[in-house]
Amino acid sequence: MKFTLSWLKEHLDTDASLEEIVERLTMIGLEVEEVTNRADRLKPFKIAKVLEAEQHPNADRLRVLKVDTGQGEPVQIVCGAPNARAGLVGVLGKPGDHIPGLDITLSVGKIRDVESFGMMCSERELELSDEHDGIIDLPEDAPVGVDFAKWAGLDEPVIEIGLTPNRPDCTGVYGIARDLAAAGLGKLKERSHEQIRGNYPCPVSVSLDFGDTRPMCKAFGLRMVKGIKNGPSPKWLQDRLTAIGLRPINILVDITNYLTFDQGRPLHVFDADKVHGNLVVRRGRAGEGIDGLNGKSYELDDTVCAIADDNGIESLGGILGGEPSGCTEDTVNVLIESALWEEDDIAATGRKLGVNTDARYRFERGVDPDYMMPGLEYATRLVLDLCGGEPSETTQAGRVPDSSNIIDFPYQEIRRLSGVEVSQAEANLTLKSLGFWISGSGDTVKVAAPSWRPDIEGKADLVEEVVRILGLDRVPLTPLPRTGTVGQKVLTTGQIRRNRTRRALAARGFNEAVTWSFISKPQAELFGGGNTALELANPISPEMSDMRPSLLPGLLSAAQRNADRGFGDVALFEVGQVFQDDSPEGQKMVAAGVRRGTAKLQGASRHWSGSSTGVDVYDAKADAEAALAAIGAPVEKLQVHTDAPGTFHPGRSGCLKLGPKNALAVFGEIHPRTLADLDLEGPLVAFEIYLDALPQPKTKGGRSKGALNASHLMPVRRDFAFLVGKDVKAEVLLKAARGAEKTLIADVTLFDIYVGQGVPDDQKSVAIDVLLQPRQKTLTDEEIDAVAKKIIANVEKATGGTLRG
Amino acid sequence: MSNLDNLESDLLAAIDGAETETALEDVRVHALGKKGRISEQMKTLGKMTPEERQVMGPALNGLKAKITDAISARKDILAEAALEQRLASETVDVTLPLRPSPAETGRIHPVSQVIDELTAIFADMGFSIAEGPDIETDELNFTALNFPEGHPAREMHDTFFFNEKEDGERLLLRTHTSPVQIRTMRTQEPPIRVIIPGRTYRCDSDQTHTPMFHQVEGLVIDKESHFGHLKWVLQEFCKSFFEVDDIKMRFRPSFFPFTEPSMEVDIQCDRSGGEVKIGQGDDWLEILGCGMVHPNVIRNCGLDPDVYQGFAWGMGIDRIAMLKYGMPDLRAFFDADVRWIQHYGFRPLDLPTLFGGLSN
Repeated sequence: MKFTLSWLKEHLDTDASLEEIVERLTMIGLEVEEVTNRADRLKPFKIAKVLEAEQHPNADRLRVLKVDTGQGEPVQIVCGAPNARAGLVGVLGKPGDHIPGLDITLSVGKIRDVESFGMMCSERELELSDEHDGIIDLPEDAPVGVDFAKWAGLDEPVIEIGLTPNRPDCTGVYGIARDLAAAGLGKLKERSHEQIRGNYPCPVSVSLDFGDTRPMCKAFGLRMVKGIKNGPSPKWLQDRLTAIGLRPINILVDITNYLTFDQGRPLHVFDADKVHGNLVVRRGRAGEGIDGLNGKSYELDDTVCAIADDNGIESLGGILGGEPSGCTEDTVNVLIESALWEEDDIAATGRKLGVNTDARYRFERGVDPDYMMPGLEYATRLVLDLCGGEPSETTQAGRVPDSSNIIDFPYQEIRRLSGVEVSQAEANLTLKSLGFWISGSGDTVKVAAPSWRPDIEGKADLVEEVVRILGLDRVPLTPLPRTGTVGQKVLTTGQIRRNRTRRALAARGFNEAVTWSFISKPQAELFGGGNTALELANPISPEMSDMRPSLLPGLLSAAQRNADRGFGDVALFEVGQVFQDDSPEGQKMVAAGVRRGTAKLQGASRHWSGSSTGVDVYDAKADAEAALAAIGAPVEKLQVHTDAPGTFHPGRSGCLKLGPKNALAVFGEIHPRTLADLDLEGPLVAFEIYLDALPQPKTKGGRSKGALNASHLMPVRRDFAFLVGKDVKAEVLLKAARGAEKTLIADVTLFDIYVGQGVPDDQKSVAIDVLLQPRQKTLTDEEIDAVAKKIIANVEKATGGTLRG
Repeated sequence: MSNLDNLESDLLAAIDGAETETALEDVRVHALGKKGRISEQMKTLGKMTPEERQVMGPALNGLKAKITDAISARKDILAEAALEQRLASETVDVTLPLRPSPAETGRIHPVSQVIDELTAIFADMGFSIAEGPDIETDELNFTALNFPEGHPAREMHDTFFFNEKEDGERLLLRTHTSPVQIRTMRTQEPPIRVIIPGRTYRCDSDQTHTPMFHQVEGLVIDKESHFGHLKWVLQEFCKSFFEVDDIKMRFRPSFFPFTEPSMEVDIQCDRSGGEVKIGQGDDWLEILGCGMVHPNVIRNCGLDPDVYQGFAWGMGIDRIAMLKYGMPDLRAFFDADVRWIQHYGFRPLDLPTLFGGLSN
């Protein structure tokens, strides 16, 4: 919403400075977005008169002008405008002046061998309008040598406010003045519009015809003024409109635009001689269309509210008038419309047809219903004053709805919600100055909201009105009381797990990424998702169409993006949500990571201390186990299965499970087919940890870690090497060794695997280091031998292998 | 006696001349071994007269002690020299650069770090962290929050919708974290103090908008919390978060469907140097929206708005991260460019706390 300072002062009697007004507007909720003054950038431009206009010797379309600048010798200017002629009074830009509409700074130029010392400007070049058919052509008596902007009334601040959707009353300058007056910044000049007596009945009738469907128009007022003389508007009216970026058209149209911005009351004018028969307000019909005053055509249907006559559709009610019945300078008889439309229908139609007009903007927010007929009277007054003519009586269809809303208002509510003490008298004064009515006395009164405030619903709204106008800075800062204890643990188990995973993975050299929650359908399908329940109806692009079933597609693509930028050795992780279905329970928290190239734990790429090789499945397994350990999973008890999803390399991937069914994590190298499907280059390894799958920690029991059971006796180490079949899993062998004598065996480490010379082709040699920790007394050689025999027997039995001699 | 003097000078010269421990040992055997020259002399004592013995005995013993000491001293010198030589041979180039440890190279994303910072601040004020699903119902995202039917936000151009189900229900991606307010009020007995961080979604993509972004929302519901408390909470938050001693704030009336009265909040800033500095200068920067929870919203959660009251506020996590840490472009948050994460990310052990400072 834009307006000029002088326009505001038409309704507000105030001595306040521009700065005070701007500050107060913002502080009462009418946020000032910008204050501009077009004169600032038009300062250099002066009014100048063309004395001579000769044909350019070397160009048919150019003329060489002698221009009187008001001082000194006339200057020579080459000009291509068709209207350049001797005697024209226009606007001159001189060398060194910046032309805002062209964003260039003038210099002395030579055009086809003739020197030019400036430029006669068009309206577009000065950003006054889009007009560029010729140079500005001022009245002959415009004073030569004078500042153009000042003379044209452009030297004025234009204030633009960002209006919140709840304030339709401030879509007009008058409403803004009322708010400022209430806030103590002057006195509102009350509006009053005389009722104009018509000399004859309105010859065109209007009816609302919605049959048995829901009416889209509440009420419709109409009046004819005949015998008028239309033409260009007077300068004051043109200036007002151009200052806020509107283009003056003719008096009748300009009056409707003026009232739209002055009173927040949109109107429409029909050329009565182009209206055939009476007007009917009804739903549109399929096949009907309209050529709008904005130069565009629209197709109608029964969701669109139209005004029709015998010829067809003449107007999109409350949004846009039709071109055929529009008013031109030749209009002699005019029909003035002031109507009330259903807000939601206006919004829906506007969206559907893609029409944004100043009328729609106001009607969809809700214009003052009680001002429908006064607005018509005001418009008539202006038409009579500016165009003359003879008014008819008004005619009205429908009924202006009763908008009154009476609220029980306990004054105590102000303190309860805002925390500020306001006297009853102060509250009353504030509400009354905004147009509220108050009746009753005592601690609770009845308050009625004015018709122009459809946003006022209950007592909380009244509190806002009072506090808003008195100033939010009056509310004292009040410390929120402490809850009576020292800080408590506030995070849930899930939140704690996410935090720990995050920092554990970052401590392993990973960079945390945040990738989109939605991925492409092919990616979703590849990772087990893609069902229609998780597909967006209106995705922003096909790459972001489906909720992700896994974090891996996003991370794998991110790794590739980095590689494409020349950084191929990356370790990325994300902790975030994945979606199994569309229920709240189907949203799971997952941590996932990828390593690419040579980005191993100890570092990437080549180094004098030892170069890094390509990442492999064991890197991913180590990451998964580290992250699981960080969230308190019993890593030593987890089973390693080999049934990872098909996106992983079947022989180089695994699944960490707590019990046979509860998978906590998967890890492995990415399947070459997955790489090809996603257009990725490896080596790429990945893991994914299902944070919600780990059971809740037991909360019972104290925090004691128990006594340390460290023996004072020296531990004993023994090495064993076994020849076992190539397929024998290490875990089987280790479990057998550990289980041989649980009280003595403290640890078993697998330190060597060998295949090759000396070992049969279908076998491997596996060497382990067993740590025996005596508890009671030092072990004798016999006791050690006995344990060793048990270990050998157990391992041979479990693996079918033999001790390597 | 001159024999002994000669012997002494011979032996001392031999000791001094021994360049290795082996040579020195040879000298020792030559002097003190069973058949060594001093030992041979010692053997002659028995055949001497008591008078001769009285002279030669102490002289020989003196010589023996002197040679023994000399050998020992020489041994120390040789050992020292050998160590020096070994050390010299063991010297390495300590200027060689080493691989940084993984804990030094890993980084936490700024969004996670800022959520940890928010948690530290609000936990101190007695708030806990509430969360809710990204896929929401129209009821929780709009209706219960007092959005009227036909509100533009309910249309396709702002909100991501899922396909309509057979029963006519149409789920959506939450456009703000506010549905969690409803979920919290419907399941938790007041007093309530929660903050709600999370992912939010809108159909928007340009310089300053991404289709996914992060919001944090705060909610206080009890029987006495009013706008004065809200002002205090936000003032304390801004000081703490931006790590400044004082900060000017400006509350402007505004409009949101779910609060009444509603306010927007500006904080003091300085834009003169090309980058925004918070807590200084005399410019204003809009940072969040807030207000008293709308009576209709309280009612929609099954509470009586004449008994219960409270306030809520919301802001963009990505945005306050940008303001505090100076990232120029929102879109880079979601691009996973390792150079960006390395530059704007945080070390894994830099856990924000109030007692140790939020950032270093």
